[in-house]
Amino acid sequence: MKKNIFSTKGLTKVYGEGHSAVHALRGVDLDIPEGEIVVLLGPSGSGKSTLLNIIGGLDRATDGDAFFQDRNLSDMTDRELTRYRRDHVGFVFQFYNLMPSLTAHENVELVTEIARDPMDPGDALNIVGLRDRVDHFPAQLSGGEQQRVAIARAVAKNPTVLFCDEPTGALDSTTGRSVLKVLRDVNEKLGATVLIVTHAASQAAMADRVIHFADGSVREIVVNETKLTPEEIDW
Amino acid sequence: MSPLDHKLLRDLWRMKGQAIAIGIVIAVGVAMLVMMSGLVTSLNETRAAYYERYRLADVFAPVTRAPDRLVQRLAAIEGVSAVEPRVIGGALIDLEGADVPVQAQAVSLPDLRTPRLNDVFLSDGRMIDSDRTDEILLLQSFANAQGLRPGDRISATMNGARRSFRIVGLAQSPEFLYTTAPGEIIPDDARFGVIWMSRSALAAAYDMEGAFNEALLSLSRGANEDAVLDAVDRILDAYGGTGAYPLADQISNRFLSQEIIGLEASAVGVPPIFLAVAAFLLYIVINRMVQSEREEIGLMKAFGYTNSEVGAHYFKLVMAIAIGGALAGCLLGIAGGRALTQFYTDYFKFPFLVFQLDPASFVSGVSVSILSASVGGLMVLRSVFALTPATAMRAPAPADYSRTGKMGRWLNAWLDQPSRMVLRRITRQPGRMAGAMIGIACGMALSASMITIYAGFDRTVDLTFNVIDRSDVTVSFTHAASESTIFELRRMPGVTLVEPVRHVPAVLRNGLNTYRGVVTGLSAQARLFRALDSDLAEIPLGERGIVLSTALADILDIRPGEMLTVEVREGRQPDLQIPVTAVAESLLGSPAYMNLDALNRALREPGRVSGAYLSIDQARAREIYRELQNMPTVAGVSLKSDAEAAFLTLMNTGAGAIRYVMGAIAFVITFGIVYNAARIAYAERIRDLASLRVIGFTKAETAFVLLGELAVVTLLALPFGGALGYYLSFGIAAGFSNELYQIPVVFDLASYGFAGMVVIGAAIASGWLVKRDIDRADLVLALKTRE
Repeated sequence: MKKNIFSTKGLTKVYGEGHSAVHALRGVDLDIPEGEIVVLLGPSGSGKSTLLNIIGGLDRATDGDAFFQDRNLSDMTDRELTRYRRDHVGFVFQFYNLMPSLTAHENVELVTEIARDPMDPGDALNIVGLRDRVDHFPAQLSGGEQQRVAIARAVAKNPTVLFCDEPTGALDSTTGRSVLKVLRDVNEKLGATVLIVTHAASQAAMADRVIHFADGSVREIVVNETKLTPEEIDW
Repeated sequence: MSPLDHKLLRDLWRMKGQAIAIGIVIAVGVAMLVMMSGLVTSLNETRAAYYERYRLADVFAPVTRAPDRLVQRLAAIEGVSAVEPRVIGGALIDLEGADVPVQAQAVSLPDLRTPRLNDVFLSDGRMIDSDRTDEILLLQSFANAQGLRPGDRISATMNGARRSFRIVGLAQSPEFLYTTAPGEIIPDDARFGVIWMSRSALAAAYDMEGAFNEALLSLSRGANEDAVLDAVDRILDAYGGTGAYPLADQISNRFLSQEIIGLEASAVGVPPIFLAVAAFLLYIVINRMVQSEREEIGLMKAFGYTNSEVGAHYFKLVMAIAIGGALAGCLLGIAGGRALTQFYTDYFKFPFLVFQLDPASFVSGVSVSILSASVGGLMVLRSVFALTPATAMRAPAPADYSRTGKMGRWLNAWLDQPSRMVLRRITRQPGRMAGAMIGIACGMALSASMITIYAGFDRTVDLTFNVIDRSDVTVSFTHAASESTIFELRRMPGVTLVEPVRHVPAVLRNGLNTYRGVVTGLSAQARLFRALDSDLAEIPLGERGIVLSTALADILDIRPGEMLTVEVREGRQPDLQIPVTAVAESLLGSPAYMNLDALNRALREPGRVSGAYLSIDQARAREIYRELQNMPTVAGVSLKSDAEAAFLTLMNTGAGAIRYVMGAIAFVITFGIVYNAARIAYAERIRDLASLRVIGFTKAETAFVLLGELAVVTLLALPFGGALGYYLSFGIAAGFSNELYQIPVVFDLASYGFAGMVVIGAAIASGWLVKRDIDRADLVLALKTRE
């Protein structure tokens, strides 16, 4: 039996107050086992990104608890949340969020400088296949290359968990596939749990577990017995 | 209201922090202009109204003793519209508890009628009864300073006789807005009084029955002043006339004019500098603000809005801020101008106030704001218009830093990633960074120059009272006395050093430039009061020649080696030709120095002195003052400590006081510049900063990336701003200098250090305000926005 890396109890998030209140999460109870690739699927506004933000330590729940291993994120101070992100979490975003003033190598170093147990920045770039482009600035890289630098940056700290919010949203199919391949490699080689938020249903085929969201609640959880490789996915 | 206008209002609301910060800088620049020009206009108007209402004379003609029948002849001079003869005389007022008697001037008022010229404004009590010889009016400012009220009695010595008087009223007069004891430069309410009494009573006291010793004349419109002066001098010459002089040379009016001219100079010179800095800042801020709206501009163009519609929309936004700021500045300027005018009305002792604004200042203030905002907005809009809607809307490619990759490689070994980010941003956009740096440098320059001016004022006091004048007491005599008086003073117990001095009233002339002043004769081996050059070395006063102060040399436009005409206005009144031998550093008044013996020889009055500088043993001061009071030749005794206090009061409440207002404004602008620089940098980098927080940087580490940039720019700006401030301070010092006192530019590191601290303080405060925003930033929201 695998241990849960995340579990939530009655997790609720409300934006605004009174009539204009928006319920982004309506009491979500969820367990996510460690070491898996998990895809969170659902239409926009269904609450999947909100969940990711809360368990990623970027936002706070209005009510309920979110446990990372056995620590309750809801009880953490800002300082502790920063520590949590720094030590355990890697993020990959739709728009890469690289520092334009730093080279690919330096963008990765940005994280390895502050991480507790980082890998060599060169190795991280090797994993994403960018060994030749280490001295290039973001402006000199394609979208897919920038996203791979972002992934290298996320994995270089040897994260416990990797959060990806629409990681292929701005990419074409070929580049998108290569990014997904990198994510799968990270999961297999480093053992990191990978959480991918997407609204592209086809990507669910590469996941160990697919969580369907609708109206701020979990509608269905599907465990894939057989996973497809990124190359096999319909785009 | 069109949807675009709704958007405009919402945008303004959204960026209210930044908009207000820009608006304040504009407002302060405009307010300064409106306030200062309003102040000067109002003071000039008030003075003119006061002079006119109380019929201040245009010409003053002192004479030893002239019979009343001459009045008809004076009135017959072409261009003279009215003549008022009067009797004036020096007096000493004995006040209970005072160490030294107070000098005063007694002035006659006509019996049984109001004066045709130089009327008085009765502010308390009643007018004098001509039949009662012991009734007097007292100058209100003097009475207030000495705590005297109508009904009180005072005793005064006039023409050697001591008499008792009853104060029946307090008066103000345009003739005595500034009161200065004879032989002194600095006005002091408490140390010089004016007594008005009936003509018959005063004539009796000074043996002037049927005669006058001063004629006041007013001129009709278009009269030839010089011709009138000549005609008056011809008539009065035989009766001991010492030369008629125009209102422009009248002592109170001259000081008042100097003060107003001083304010005018600061009003003309300083606000444009402030406004220019504000305008430059506005340009930079607008430029960067429009740049950040790029995506929305693309969107609007995609909807089908034309370039000019989009342009008009942003133009309105820019104008709303600029005009809003300018209008707030006008209101602030009106309020400030009114308050300042009220302050100066009290200070100048005007009995009423005519508040008037100068419309030109509104026009120029508002148009400069609009212009600089327009230029800033248009320059940027042009580049944004060049984009197609698709390019403008696409997630912008990351800014290209590849050019900076090569440089400073050796530095990389030393720097961590956040420091590299700071450094590369600065080197990648040198233009933008230079803009921010120049802005902060301007703030530094304003602060540094204002603080330098403060130091200049201190220097003026120090040089005047500690370096040039090292005496403790100045004694003036009733007339040019013989040297035996000096020996008498030297014998006085407790007096350690006595130095003779002779003040001779004279008109100094070089071609068309003239100055009505005093030639001061100093002994050759002077130690208590000396003429010093700009290096503070003593200038030897030789047997030949005259030494002029820098201010006087400037007024007369004369240099050492040239000949000066000195028209003496005392005794035989000779006209002398004397070579200028040197220029002396003096920051108080416009003195001219000669060797005492040489001066006396030129006047053919050997061994004459009109006063003395004393150095005394402070323990025996009271005893000395008492003895001085008993010497019949002593007209007045003034203590250097009193004079210094009066001078400080003058500089801190007169035209000089405006430096504090300007200093405060300089600080507001400096802070505004630094804060805006920090805010804009934050707005531009909000997404990068959020990303850093997300990947695990602490608040402090994240703030370093932004504030490090601010710190570097600020530190680079300091030396540059210091240099700029050095040159700026010459302009400001000239604005504050006048005939009465000069403000030097003192290069003193402490001032620059302090200005630097002000700027760094502003940077720290701004940094703290912006860091608060970084800390509060919604990480999720920041990540969703695409730059």
